[in-house]
Amino acid sequence: MTEALLAPDVLPVGARGRNSVGWWGMLCLIATESSLFAYLLFSYYFIAVQRTQAWLPDRHPSMALAGPNTLVLLASSAAVWWGEEGVKHGRRGQHLGGLAVGILLGAAFLAVQIFEWKAKHYGLASGSYASLYFTITGFHMVHVAAGVAILTVVLIWSLMGYFSPRHHARVTIAAIYWHFVDAVWLCVFFTFYLSPYLMW
Amino acid sequence: MIAREEARLPEFARVTESHPGPRLQAIWETEPGLKGWFSTVDHKEIGLRYIVTAFAFLLLGGVEALIMRVQLAGPERRLLTPEQYDQLFTMHGVSMIFLYAAPILTGFSNYLWPLLLGSRDMAFPRLNALSYWTYLAAGMFIYAGFVVGQGPNAGWFNYVPYAARQYNPGVNIDIYALGLILLGISTTVGSANFVVTFLRTRAPGMSINRVPILIWGTLTASVANLLAVPSVSLAFFLLWMDRQFATHFFDASQGQPLLWQHLFWMFGHPWVYAIVLPAMGMVSDGLPTFCRRPIVGYTAVALSSVATMALGFGVWVHHMFATGLPSLALSFFSGASLIITIPSAVAVFAWTATIWLGRPVITTAFLFFASMIVLFVIGGVSGFMTASTPVDWQLTDTYFVVAHIHYVLIGINVFPVVGAIYYWFPKMTGRLLDERLGRWNFWTMFVGFNLGFFPMHIVGLMGMPRRIYTYPHGMGWSGANLIISIGSFLFALGVLMLLVNVAVSLKRGRAAGRNPWDAPTLEWSTSSPPPPYNFEVIPEVASRHPLWEDQLDESPARSRLDEGLLLDHGRETIGTTPLDAVPDLILEMPPDTVAPFCLAVGMTVLFAAAIPHLWWLAAIGAVICGLSLTAWFWPRTIPPDAPAAEPAPGGKRQ
Repeated sequence: MTEALLAPDVLPVGARGRNSVGWWGMLCLIATESSLFAYLLFSYYFIAVQRTQAWLPDRHPSMALAGPNTLVLLASSAAVWWGEEGVKHGRRGQHLGGLAVGILLGAAFLAVQIFEWKAKHYGLASGSYASLYFTITGFHMVHVAAGVAILTVVLIWSLMGYFSPRHHARVTIAAIYWHFVDAVWLCVFFTFYLSPYLMW
Repeated sequence: MIAREEARLPEFARVTESHPGPRLQAIWETEPGLKGWFSTVDHKEIGLRYIVTAFAFLLLGGVEALIMRVQLAGPERRLLTPEQYDQLFTMHGVSMIFLYAAPILTGFSNYLWPLLLGSRDMAFPRLNALSYWTYLAAGMFIYAGFVVGQGPNAGWFNYVPYAARQYNPGVNIDIYALGLILLGISTTVGSANFVVTFLRTRAPGMSINRVPILIWGTLTASVANLLAVPSVSLAFFLLWMDRQFATHFFDASQGQPLLWQHLFWMFGHPWVYAIVLPAMGMVSDGLPTFCRRPIVGYTAVALSSVATMALGFGVWVHHMFATGLPSLALSFFSGASLIITIPSAVAVFAWTATIWLGRPVITTAFLFFASMIVLFVIGGVSGFMTASTPVDWQLTDTYFVVAHIHYVLIGINVFPVVGAIYYWFPKMTGRLLDERLGRWNFWTMFVGFNLGFFPMHIVGLMGMPRRIYTYPHGMGWSGANLIISIGSFLFALGVLMLLVNVAVSLKRGRAAGRNPWDAPTLEWSTSSPPPPYNFEVIPEVASRHPLWEDQLDESPARSRLDEGLLLDHGRETIGTTPLDAVPDLILEMPPDTVAPFCLAVGMTVLFAAAIPHLWWLAAIGAVICGLSLTAWFWPRTIPPDAPAAEPAPGGKRQ
């Protein structure tokens, strides 16, 4: 028999921000979802490198909508970050306001995306470019919609008083997911709107 | 709704007859009856369900194989039509690769992980339940088509253009496509659970160089699954889009048929390692117990698992050597495929050295584990041969490849799994399997297997192509094929003996006690079967072999098993740091809930409705999913430092 290996110590109880298992679980989800988008974009480039410029329905895709919309999505990330800072420091107005603004900007992004879809002169089955465009942006929109839904539920829980400066793991976890969805958009945006300038 | 504790000094306890067992039993027990059955989150219950379900799919896949072997036993036999044969070999592959090989290992790992790690459950007990229910749903989903004669029929790797709608207009492929996406969800959430369980719930003192090798195997497979499964799920989704919405991903005129093969094998090759590495881990942990010494080269074996998987992501093109790729690509992937034998060989030499340097006790489990080394070497050599491009060009799509895949998958998955059943059955049930019948079981399976599969190498070298539903007289294959069919029935007889042994021993087996094999790891320190809470107190680990410390006497430090953290304020276990396993958090574990079951039902409704395009029903499925998830993640407590003045109704604040 030997002495205790463990010096007894006061330990926090329950989920605690980045210490919680939920945070690690979300990182796993982000890893697998990142892979999903990597395989989606691989499919695009795999088909693209074997085609000529004529493969593109438009000579160079217009950034008139997608450019400003990118800024909208980035702004929503900033708002959610600001809201998370609010709950960390017990500033309830900032906490609720940040989440609410983030949700509204996310919804606005979705609305603009749907408008851009409708404005295209080609459809899902027009060719492999069109199939890739609608499928990849569609996958991203589903993720944005899921993110908006998650943030909305978190906002409701916030209004019900479930979070505090020390206990707000669900806010932190929802926020990192939202930042991930926004980061993925930058890759999608680069692929569809910028890479044609580099490839052809 | 109760306010939670903020932090506390965790109590220590010494285990006695009356404390703390009965109290923990009341906290952790699943309520009896139907509700408890659907809502349990106990990893042991879920693990057993996984094992039983996966074994059922093994038997189905086995019967499918036997029917095919009757057809192929002689030339020009017409028991099956070509279409029936196509569905049979496809379902055989799907059942074995997707519905048996991975889930059986998930089942063992689910059952064993918290016991090996000295924890009271997995990191996400509810996710565990979701993973099982979704797996069951996906299996039934894929089999639903087969039962009505509309099963998948394009082989388990389902190449386009044959799987495209133009050539395959039925719903066969659609059911396969959506069913496999559903299965992918199950695999993914299960893998995330293993990764986080490894990082956060090991017993205090169990630093990463003290975990059993099985943990390394399943961890490596889980990380790989997180990165690889999206590829196949996406491939099947895009195929479904091509078939249903006339998109152009895989058609030759606009898209790229070869994209299917890339996406499939970028998943498929890592998957091959995912379904063998945990089984190799079982051997690495089980074999040393019977050799009465620790495994030789623990660190090398653990790292070689990781290295095998890392290289495994860079070899997928060796499945595509015959597709006309540039020779630079062929050279690279051929080289990578040859190099991967090095980490695999590390394990083989470590096991051999363990037997050589130990004092082997010959049990049925030992025989299964040790014979796996032989089969692994044979499967490895045939793999090494086909890694060479010119050899592969000769052998691709012949029975040589069929022989290779069966030596690898039966050799490194089924044999270790049956060994694992003999090894851990006493822990799971409290009773030992019969050793006498066990010997018959082993030798029948071993002889049957080699008789059934070794001649496939030879008929493959003679040019017999795979996937043919019959063959003419005078090819020179008839005698060998008859031997193959006899061997496969002998092998099946061996599997039947295992079932008989399990059925008889469940009732009449010798009582096992805590540690019938005098094994070194933590699962043997608790009762057989373990109580719902696994351990009365959380063990403190001082070495790799907590139960062999007195014999080995490697250092003066001793693990503490009968005195430790009590954690009885509700369902709790200890959270520890990822590398050194120092306690840093008391984890609150969730109660039993039907939310995972409801979520699995919602997803199944969604996927089933998508096949006939019943979008309103799909929407109902999606709503069930959303509600289940919201209920699932609903916070259970109000923090004591919440700024909101109004606690929820019935809530109190500390």
